Amino acid sequence: MSRLAQPREKIFVIDQSRCIGCKSCVEACSECGTHRGRSMIHLDFVDRGASTQTVPMVCMHCDDPTCAEVCPADAIKQNDDGIVQSALKPRCIACGNCVVACPFGVPKLLLELEQMMKCDMCFDRTSRDLAPMCASVCPSQALWFGTAEEFAAGRAGLLTDDFVFGRQTIRTKVYTVTRDPGPIDALGGAATRPWQDDPFGLEEDAGG
Amino acid sequence: MARTPADEAELIARYGPHLNQAPPGGWDADLEGIDRSVPTHCCFCGQQCGIILKVKDEQVVGFEPRYDFPFNEGKLCPKGVKRYLQGSHPDRLLTPLERAPDAPGGFRRVGWDAALDRVVAEIRRIQQAHGPDAFAMLSGVSLTNEKSYLIGKFARLALGTANLDYNGRLCMVSAGTANKKALGIDRASNPWSDIPLADVVFIAGANVAECAPITTSYVWQARDRGAKLIVADPRVTPLARTADVFLGLRPGTDSALMGTILHVLVARGWLDRGFIAAHTEGFEAAAEAVREYTPTWGARVTGVPAKRIEQAAELWGTSRTGMLLHARGIEHHTKGVENVLSCINIGLATGKFGKPGCGVTTITGQGNGQGGREHGHKCDQLPGNRDITNPEHRAYIASVWGCPVDAIPGKGKTAQEIVNAIHDGEIKGLLSICFNPAVSLPDTAFTAAALEKLEFYAVIDFFLSESARYADVVLPGSLHEEDEGTSTSVEGRVIKINAAVKPPGEARRDWEILLDVARRLGKGRWFPYTTTREMFEELRIASKGGTADYSGITWERIVAEQGVFWPCPEEGHPGTRRLYERGRFYTESGRAKFHAVRHRPPAEEVDDDYPVWLTTGRVVSQYLSGTQTRRIGALVAQYPEPLCEMHPRLAARLGVRTGDVVRVASRRGSMTLPATVVETIRPDTVFIPYHWPGARAANQLTQRALDPLSKIPEYKVSAVRVERVGPGTAPVDARDVELTGAAR
Repeated sequence: MSRLAQPREKIFVIDQSRCIGCKSCVEACSECGTHRGRSMIHLDFVDRGASTQTVPMVCMHCDDPTCAEVCPADAIKQNDDGIVQSALKPRCIACGNCVVACPFGVPKLLLELEQMMKCDMCFDRTSRDLAPMCASVCPSQALWFGTAEEFAAGRAGLLTDDFVFGRQTIRTKVYTVTRDPGPIDALGGAATRPWQDDPFGLEEDAGG
Repeated sequence: MARTPADEAELIARYGPHLNQAPPGGWDADLEGIDRSVPTHCCFCGQQCGIILKVKDEQVVGFEPRYDFPFNEGKLCPKGVKRYLQGSHPDRLLTPLERAPDAPGGFRRVGWDAALDRVVAEIRRIQQAHGPDAFAMLSGVSLTNEKSYLIGKFARLALGTANLDYNGRLCMVSAGTANKKALGIDRASNPWSDIPLADVVFIAGANVAECAPITTSYVWQARDRGAKLIVADPRVTPLARTADVFLGLRPGTDSALMGTILHVLVARGWLDRGFIAAHTEGFEAAAEAVREYTPTWGARVTGVPAKRIEQAAELWGTSRTGMLLHARGIEHHTKGVENVLSCINIGLATGKFGKPGCGVTTITGQGNGQGGREHGHKCDQLPGNRDITNPEHRAYIASVWGCPVDAIPGKGKTAQEIVNAIHDGEIKGLLSICFNPAVSLPDTAFTAAALEKLEFYAVIDFFLSESARYADVVLPGSLHEEDEGTSTSVEGRVIKINAAVKPPGEARRDWEILLDVARRLGKGRWFPYTTTREMFEELRIASKGGTADYSGITWERIVAEQGVFWPCPEEGHPGTRRLYERGRFYTESGRAKFHAVRHRPPAEEVDDDYPVWLTTGRVVSQYLSGTQTRRIGALVAQYPEPLCEMHPRLAARLGVRTGDVVRVASRRGSMTLPATVVETIRPDTVFIPYHWPGARAANQLTQRALDPLSKIPEYKVSAVRVERVGPGTAPVDARDVELTGAAR
């Protein structure tokens, strides 16, 4: 971990490997009091033909948010605690720059509202010491909310907040679980288990 | 009485399924001033997650995670998140209906008195003409313990029929039967809090991620401690994807796999000899039965590489602690009981019972699948998990009910056998509640023909299910959130269900309807209840001394202790979280029984005409026959229609690409549906989820072959032929987007 959170500060963690693709996070997000009926979470199969692996994507809340950097209307603001907000409604010109630029593909352009909206880490809940809705309901706890201390005590894997996208490096407020130390190289390969190349042993001698 | 009174399009136009997309008042309704928040549980699966329902203006308008309930601590699957949308639903039945082919939608509104009089008159007519057993009842385990108990008593004393059975017959009866045979009791071996204590978790035939999603968090807690995960499944399900050992077996070969594992355990000496000697019987015969089941043999039968079977046996045999979780994948078979017994064998052989992190258990599927199967709406059972053929058990229940022993009928037919008897003309009348046989039973053409032959069919339901379309009278009942009672979760934990709202319109609580029928049949004296709590108090007495003893459980204790685990034989008793501690089993001898399980083939095997295996199952966004979940927009959008999963090798041979329409045909029927080509299924097997009716029903293809003991149908193995029909009409993704867009 390149930047340690305060041991008692609550952090948001994503462990993609635990995602079961159930979309509970997506559905629960749509129940939020501030964007009712609209989910701010993306959840997709990586390649359903090859695997059941799915990836839930909440806003990673980058230290230097690319979405805000590319916004021509200066509509995307960051709180003191690092949370990156949806575009300010009066300023947003619905140009979609943020949607195109975000390396994680998070912002959603809502044409009917002429506004970009995105995950704000459930400020309405976290300010009342409640976990964000998605991490509350996530059945496998692929989305997790708690202190770094609790994570270290109970969960396997390393936490990282560093990403490399080609020549761009990004540091995020949301942590991602990895097996190996160091930044996540978005163009690198994922860890696999030996059986995954051939789940049904088609290439193995069945007689063993 | 006859075919459905209107065509499908007309029935759907009037009664749905329509999609409820938004809470009452719409998404932009004022959220301030919620009138009350009611802690209760999800209405769907056996996990029975705690949930808080938010009520405004006497309607359920949303949910809040229930962090204080220890089983799920706020976690919910998408069905739980969106379940509140079944209230205030446009399809909700608000008045009694009677069949009227000339009326729009095929049914006409009728008053309660007229409807109940007709039901009672038809029951009497049929029973007088053809005998009491010619009128049958089918029930279900989405109902609370109180209602399950009431229905058991209602069918026996008010209807006087032996032919009462329930939809748990399609769920975990194979596990229940095996548990009783081997262990003397039918309950989960452990509380789920034992799963994180296991060093190896073995999941056999359970798509945990989609059918019991919350359980994945328990499995991960074990793995965070370093536990290994073994998964046996014909498909690489979402949790299987991460397994340490994956056993991608051929459908119908589970007992061969477990038999081979037992063979390896014996051959390598990975046994708990002390436990076997002190607490079990029959080990030698069980070991002898698998003497020839070498890994080479096992590999040939199951299609799983021998090395992987040995790896699994080594992990299971050498780990200090281990939990084996199984579900419908091994239970929906003509040898479902033997499959479960073969799992219990490997648990007993390694002493993995009655200790922290040790157990072999089914993952009960339905909401009250556990409690519902204990208190008497099973055809062979009386409350407390008593045996309806046992004279002592009958005498005790007769004393509780205050009726002559002879007033309690004997053992009746099981669910599929009831439908078979309807088809044969032996059973002429039917009352069903909480059961949608038109979708959930195998061989839907046969089921439809049977329902058409009924002289009289009455249905209690809150929506017009596909089965209710065949009814003569439909009585509008209550949703889970409209009544108070208890249910018993997957763990054997008795929990409290609270009413958030009252039934809308003229709809009534299910039990009030049944009491009215009983009174009109002149049997009101057996049913003096004014509340469900009174039924629970009687259930406590009726269960006392039975294996499923609830007598020490009170509603107050359930609330105060966040549930009480049965057996709980007296008020001061703490309840029983983990069974079989110190090697004490519930059999007469106190010892667990090994069973000699020899593998045998499924009822139907692939051949030249039907060369592909078909297996069926669920998706995470739908629940069982879909009566409730096919009416909730967001859930339908996740997986709008059945898809046929097939491996690229099979697809290449058939010239099929993802999105193409294929025809899948069995000896029972055929259906066309889009294909999805995935490497996550065996190349010799296709998978179709079963939640849809009519032309989209997977059960058009399945067969009525039953396990000889549990009478569960073999949903998990059929032989089919698959062929390409043509390109898809519209890509599934496009419809997905359409539906998602409509969600707002």
